[in-house]
Amino acid sequence: MVEINLNRRQFLKLSGATAATLAIVELGFNENEAKAKTKEFKIAKSTVTPTICCFCGVGCGILVHTKDDTVVYTEGDSDNPINEGTLCSKGTTIRQVYTSEKRIEKPLYRAPGSDKWEEKSWDWMYKTIAQRVKDTRDRTFVEKEDGITVNKTEAIASLGGAALDNEETYLLAKLMRGLGVVYLEHQARI
Amino acid sequence: MTNHWSDIQHSDCALIMGANPAENHPISFRWLTKAQEKGGKIVSVDPRFTRTSAKADVYAQLRSGTDIAFMGGMIKYALDNELYHKDYVVNYTNASFILKDTYEFNDGIFSGYDEPTRKYDKTQWAFETDEEGNPVKDMTLKHPRSVFQMMKNHYSRYDADTVCSVTGTPKEDFLKVCEAFCATGAPDKAGTILYAMGTTQHTVGTQNVRAFGMIQLLLGNMGLPGGGLNAMRGESNVQGSTDFGLLYNNLTGYLGAPTMLHPTLEAYNEKETPSAGYWSNKPKFLVSLLKAWYGPNATKDNEFGYQYLPKGNKNYSHINLFSAMYKGELEGAFLFGTNPVVGGPNAGKEKEALGNLKWLVAADLWETESASFWQKEAGSNPSAISTEVFLLPAASSYEKEGSVSNSSRWMQYRWQAIKPKGQSLADLEIIHEMYLHLKDLYKNEKTPAAKPFNALDWNFGKGNHPDIDLVCKEINGYDLTTGKLVPGFGALKDDGTTTSGNWIYSGFYPEEGNNRAKSRDNKDTGGGNYLNWSFAWPANRRILYNRAAADLNGKPWSKKTAIIWWDASQKKWVGNDVPDFVVDRAPTDPGGTNPYTMLKDGVAGLFAGNLNDGPFPEHYEPFESPVANAFSSQDSNPAIQLFDGEFNLKGDYKQFPIVATTYRVSEHWQSGSMTRNQEWLSELVGHMFVEISEELAKEKGIKNKDKVIVSSARGEIEAYAMVTKRFKPYTIQGQKVHHIGMPWHFGYKGFATGDTANRLTPHIGDANTTIPEYKAFLCNVRRAN
Ligand code: SF4
Repeated sequence: MVEINLNRRQFLKLSGATAATLAIVELGFNENEAKAKTKEFKIAKSTVTPTICCFCGVGCGILVHTKDDTVVYTEGDSDNPINEGTLCSKGTTIRQVYTSEKRIEKPLYRAPGSDKWEEKSWDWMYKTIAQRVKDTRDRTFVEKEDGITVNKTEAIASLGGAALDNEETYLLAKLMRGLGVVYLEHQARI
Repeated sequence: MTNHWSDIQHSDCALIMGANPAENHPISFRWLTKAQEKGGKIVSVDPRFTRTSAKADVYAQLRSGTDIAFMGGMIKYALDNELYHKDYVVNYTNASFILKDTYEFNDGIFSGYDEPTRKYDKTQWAFETDEEGNPVKDMTLKHPRSVFQMMKNHYSRYDADTVCSVTGTPKEDFLKVCEAFCATGAPDKAGTILYAMGTTQHTVGTQNVRAFGMIQLLLGNMGLPGGGLNAMRGESNVQGSTDFGLLYNNLTGYLGAPTMLHPTLEAYNEKETPSAGYWSNKPKFLVSLLKAWYGPNATKDNEFGYQYLPKGNKNYSHINLFSAMYKGELEGAFLFGTNPVVGGPNAGKEKEALGNLKWLVAADLWETESASFWQKEAGSNPSAISTEVFLLPAASSYEKEGSVSNSSRWMQYRWQAIKPKGQSLADLEIIHEMYLHLKDLYKNEKTPAAKPFNALDWNFGKGNHPDIDLVCKEINGYDLTTGKLVPGFGALKDDGTTTSGNWIYSGFYPEEGNNRAKSRDNKDTGGGNYLNWSFAWPANRRILYNRAAADLNGKPWSKKTAIIWWDASQKKWVGNDVPDFVVDRAPTDPGGTNPYTMLKDGVAGLFAGNLNDGPFPEHYEPFESPVANAFSSQDSNPAIQLFDGEFNLKGDYKQFPIVATTYRVSEHWQSGSMTRNQEWLSELVGHMFVEISEELAKEKGIKNKDKVIVSSARGEIEAYAMVTKRFKPYTIQGQKVHHIGMPWHFGYKGFATGDTANRLTPHIGDANTTIPEYKAFLCNVRRAN
């Protein structure tokens, strides 16, 4: 099992006995020399964390280099047997998913009829959303239909989830079914 | 995928149809290239000469929406030339089963059709059975009502000339494809079929896949290394999110969601549990799921909480969902990382539908077109839209931890590399917090609405940060009598003493400290299956149906296609994969030669009586088509649901004579929100374009890079013309038909913007899945000025 936040060398040692990895170690891989020779100056002393590409279903392995609270570099994970270090254009630029200036960093609210977003706190968002859900749900909840217990609301929908982690999709399915949501869909359909 | 990415290297022939992996699954292509280096062939069948076609040994063009005609022709070719794998077909499929005389097929319609409801009575598509209920068989396959003979008869109409007049494929290309792929019917050859949304996004999408399945069974390619039926998934976890029940009709692990047809647990079990096959264990999986969801509130006396689950009474899929929203039947919606205003069919109308909501919650990394549908730049009048919108900043994949399941069903872990950007949070936390806040509101209530919600057992640690390890363990499941994790789904019970949040994943976390999604030993354990890298559901099995790669005696069909085999000295199945079979069931034991263990009869279905639109795939034209159906008087699939009103305007051939399809480019992803918000990818492909043939360009006076208007019955969009040789006009039943294509990634947000292709696509879906028909519709093109 890999621990998070290893430097590259520890990571290579821990990440299993691939021929390539062993070869590097056996031939006396010199970390400093290798770094000096390459563009890796930028990633010296960075922390390396393995991840899986967030785009298509091939599931390529990627190493994320982080330093000083930002992502400094990403590269294909040569240990991953699917891609063995290679990546396509999307996997290659995954760093910009973090660094892009377009990321929204605060909860935003748009009031009825308004033409702008307002910044709100998480707490306000959660509380208000919970109230909206409860209000809609309580008014539209059907306990019985034709004598059958149905415990559902047909007034709330949930869409999406193909980009979430398994654990997240599990919680989402549990929450939504638990609320009686029947309009439950995600991108597998579209 | 029944097989997996690195397994493709073992293929003697890869038929790629309805997919363009060189563009959309680029790294998969290393394994295709490897197969090619070993002497394997790549065959590409596509309306457009794609990047995949450029790498292929054989290319054939076909008009969008005619895959069944093409595959029906290939089935006929394999049968006529006796290229099918006879032993496999006789023993491992239902070819020998005799059909009751209630089954008929006449002029495009199967028996049991009810025109007013557009539904079939499927009980008419049944097998003759003996006194014990077992199917009557003729192992010589000569009986005129055997599946084999009925299939032969059905596809006798699919001769190469008729097929090519429908698909528009040059006949010699069609025959080259048939020859190359049907050569894998030899017992020592394996062929794979790779497909994606080009296959499924049709009104006959499910039957397109069925046709692939049939040819794979005929050629004996299922279960073999280098074989199989392989759907390439477009999103990093669309496999997992489907496995975990985020479609209205499935709970987790493909347990059908209860409907009003299942008023009690007993009724559910009776209706949904087959008498034989592995699904006969279904009650164990459902009760274990109920125990995971409702904990101590699920008891024997209350049907293990079964009544808490919602019961629907109709089709709630995407298309129906948006028609209901359009009609004002929905009040609120959640969007978790999804963008229907770009990605939905008839997207302009889906955008309008959002304006009928009272509230909309979107969790996303970006301000998507859907979250901001009310803005002026979306073409909306904000003051006229009263929807409240809550946009929650979500963390990206490496700002949190958790697993994703790729196309190969490999569940790979992603560790957290950095803390979430700004105030963004992991969706896990957002969902957990939503629960906690709702629980706060409901906890003291005893109303009918409060009861089922309060019954949920939600134990993922104290405080507002959920403990993901507890989530993982709940998914795997526990033995409640010992409190230990279950070793796998074989241990699950229907008496309430076990839990499992998703039975097909059970076993990924078999004991404390061993979350197998985190396994990173990449030594090849044999056959390129890497059994110690990640965890593949079910049971860490890499190739499904692998028992079928061995003959009746348990010997591999050939040395080259060996994967598991019966070892008589050890009295068990051994080899390079986890056997998809009871490991000590000898070939001579009862059921020892039935490789399709999930299915009731233990063999695969060349004839499948459970689909909504027929037991054999039959060609129908797309909902919008330039020609009449050459195979019958039924133009479009008789079993599709038709929608009325503005949501489903249908284009006429005279007004919209050009066939159109949509596709993706390597640099962008789906609705583009993840890629158009990045600088480099936006720069690489920065503009919406429509690809048109040189011939059409000439007819319309359009030059490369001209601005053009593409119109359909649903709307108009503007795009740059990309004049290429990759599209060619078709000759369909003697008539010239133009075909165009365009990417569907664009919208008005992000660095790279452009008009949305889906404003043109129809709101019509497949007869089984209701997946929209994005891939074949009618349009017209003109210069913008
Ligand atoms: S790097 Fe490319 S091919 Fe690999 S998973 Fe990501 S998007 Fe797919």
